[in-house]
Amino acid sequence: MSAPAADDLIEASSVIVCCGSGGVGKTTTAAVLGLEAARRGRRAVVVTIDPARRLADALGLVDGLASEPQRIELDDSTGELWAMMLDTAATFDGIVRANAENDEQVDRILDNAFYRNIAGALSGTQEYMAAEMLHALHADDRFDLVVVDTPPSRNALDFLDAPGVLSRFLDHRLFKLLMLPARSGLKVIGTATQPILRAVGRVVGSDVLADSVAFFQAFAGMETGFRERADDVIALIRAPETSFVVVASARHDTIAEAVWFVDQLVEQGIDVTAAIVNRAHPAFGEGSADDALDASVDAAAAGAPGLAALWRNVADLRTLRERELAVIDPLAKVAGDERVVVLPLLDRDVHDLDGLRTIAAHLFDHPIVER
Amino acid sequence: MPPESEYPLQSLTAARVVVVAGKGGVGKTTVTAVIARAASRAGQRVLVVELDGKPALAELVPDLEVLPISAPDALDEYLRDNGFARIAKRLNRTGVIDMVGTAAPGIDDIVVLGKIKQLDRSGQYDLIVVDGPAAGHAITFLTSAAGLADSVRSGPVRAQADDVLELLHDPQRCQVVLVTLAETTPVNEVIETAFALEDQVGVQLGPVVVNGVDDGVDLPDESATASLVAGLEPEVAEALVDAAAFRRSRRQMEAQELARLTDQLPIPQIVLPAKLVAGLTPDDIDELATVLAVHEDGPT
Repeated sequence: MSAPAADDLIEASSVIVCCGSGGVGKTTTAAVLGLEAARRGRRAVVVTIDPARRLADALGLVDGLASEPQRIELDDSTGELWAMMLDTAATFDGIVRANAENDEQVDRILDNAFYRNIAGALSGTQEYMAAEMLHALHADDRFDLVVVDTPPSRNALDFLDAPGVLSRFLDHRLFKLLMLPARSGLKVIGTATQPILRAVGRVVGSDVLADSVAFFQAFAGMETGFRERADDVIALIRAPETSFVVVASARHDTIAEAVWFVDQLVEQGIDVTAAIVNRAHPAFGEGSADDALDASVDAAAAGAPGLAALWRNVADLRTLRERELAVIDPLAKVAGDERVVVLPLLDRDVHDLDGLRTIAAHLFDHPIVER
Repeated sequence: MPPESEYPLQSLTAARVVVVAGKGGVGKTTVTAVIARAASRAGQRVLVVELDGKPALAELVPDLEVLPISAPDALDEYLRDNGFARIAKRLNRTGVIDMVGTAAPGIDDIVVLGKIKQLDRSGQYDLIVVDGPAAGHAITFLTSAAGLADSVRSGPVRAQADDVLELLHDPQRCQVVLVTLAETTPVNEVIETAFALEDQVGVQLGPVVVNGVDDGVDLPDESATASLVAGLEPEVAEALVDAAAFRRSRRQMEAQELARLTDQLPIPQIVLPAKLVAGLTPDDIDELATVLAVHEDGPT
C-alpha cells in the first residue's frame, strides 16, 4: 500500500474495523490509525474489546481504559483522540433498557441469572456488542471516526454475523417452546414437563432451567426492537464509509489466518482496504543475507573476528527479513500488492504514545517496502 | 540472572496434565509442541490436546498423538456417556446443546476439562500437554468449574464440575505453564494472569516459559563497533552500525523484561532461544526440545 492509499483510509472512512488473530498488534494498529486521524484534525474514538487492556498500555494510560470514551491528551494534534474499552454486559443492558416497555420489564430481565449469562457468555455476544457500540459511537456527534478493534476471532464473519446472533437465538425452536406458556397462560411447571426441557433440566439442574424459562417470558415483546436494531448495525458494517483492515504479523501462521480473513470478507462482497503486516525486521544496507554471510566468513578468515560478528549480525537480520517477506507473499496475492503495508519491528517494545507515533510515521509517511 | 529452572523438562512435566497458556502470538503452540517432543524423547507416553481447531500443532509434531477436542463434540459425548444417549441426538438437532451452553456458561469449558480428566484417568498416558486458550480466556477456562459448582447445585454437570475441580487442585495431576515473550506487554499480562490463576483457581503454576529470546552472535559494543567499521565505505559502515545497534537495543529490552519478570513473578523461568525463521518446522521443534532436555540426567 502506498502512503496515499493509507491516507485514503484515514480521510475517507467514518468507521474502520480492524480484524486479525490474537497477538498480531491489532490493538496497536487501531490506536495508530486513531492517532494519525487525530493528527489530521479528525475526532477519532478507538474502541478495544481486548480484555488484556493492550490499548491502555499502548496509550500509556496507567489506570487502564474506562468503558466510557476517555480523551487522550495530545499536544501535536488539531483533532481529538478518544479511547474506550467495550463493556459487553453494560452495552447489552443499555439495549434492553432502550427496548423494554417499562422499568419493571427492565428489572425482570437484568436481574435474571440466565440473562446475565447471555450478556456475558453467549457465543458471539462480544462481537455483537462491539458492533452495537460501533453503531452508537458512529451516531455520537462527538466523533467523526470510529476505529474498532474486533475480538481475536478465527472467523471474520463472527463480527459481521454477530448482530444476527440474538435474532437467531430468539427464532430458536426452544425459545418458541418456552414462550408457549406465557401466551397460553400455563404455568412454567407445565412447560417443564415437556420431555426435552426435562432432559435439559436433568443435565444442567432444574434451577438453571427455571431461570431460562423466566428470562424468555420476561423478554416477550422485545424481539422486534432487537431485530430492527440488529438490522441497522448490519447496514452500517456494510456501508461504503466502513473500511476493513486486516492485521497480521510477519509470521507464517498469522499470515495464513489473515489470508483466510481476506477470503472470507471478499466472499461476503466486502473489500479489504488495507492489509497491515506488523513486526517485520527492518532492512540493513543493500544486499542479501548470503552476501552478509560471505562477508562474515571473509572477515573471520582475515583475522577480524569483531567485523565477522558485525557481518554475521547483518546476515541474521537479513535472513529473518527475507523469510518474513517470503511468508507475506500469499497475503499480497489475495489482498493485492498495493494494499499490503509492511511495518517494521522496532528496536524497542511499543507501549506508549511515542512508539505509536513512530509506527504512524512508517505507515503514513515512509512506505517501508518498495513493492 | 533470572532464576532459571535447573531441570527444565522435569519441572515442566511435574504434573501429568500440563495446560500451556499465554496471550496470542507468544508461541503457546510452539511451547506445547516442544514440551511434548522433549517428554516423548525421554520415553514418556505423550498425548497432545488441541482446543482451538488450528491444524498447526499436528504439523509441528507429526509423529505424536494429537487429539483435537471441541466443546460441542465433548458435550455430545458426555451426554451419551451419562445416560442421555437416547436424547443426545435430539438435543443436538434442535440446538439445545447451544442452549445448554448458554444456560450454564462455562459448561463448554467443563466438558472439555472433563474430557481431559477422563483421558488422564485412563492411565494410557504419562503426560497430557494441552495447548490451552489465550491468556484472556485462560482464567475463565480454568475458573468455569468453580463458577458452575456455585450456580448448578445438582445433576451430572455439577458432578463433572466437582471432578474437574479435584483435578485442578491436585498439583500432582495438573499444572499450568504460562508462556510469554521478553517484551513489556506480554510480561505485564503473564504476571497478571499468574496472580489471577493462583487467587481464583488455586491451580499449580509450573515454570514460566520465555519464548524467542535472542541468544545469537556476541556483538561488540558501540565504541568497539565504531572503530571496527572505520575505513569501510560509509553505506556499508552504516548498515553494520545500525544493525548492531538494533540488535543490542532489542537484547537490552529483553534483558530488562526478563529481570522485571524475575522481580515481579517469583517462579522459575525457562528460556527458549529465538530461531531465525518466520514460522517453525518440526526440525526447529526438535532443536528447541533439546534445550529443555539439557539436564535430562536430573532427579526423577
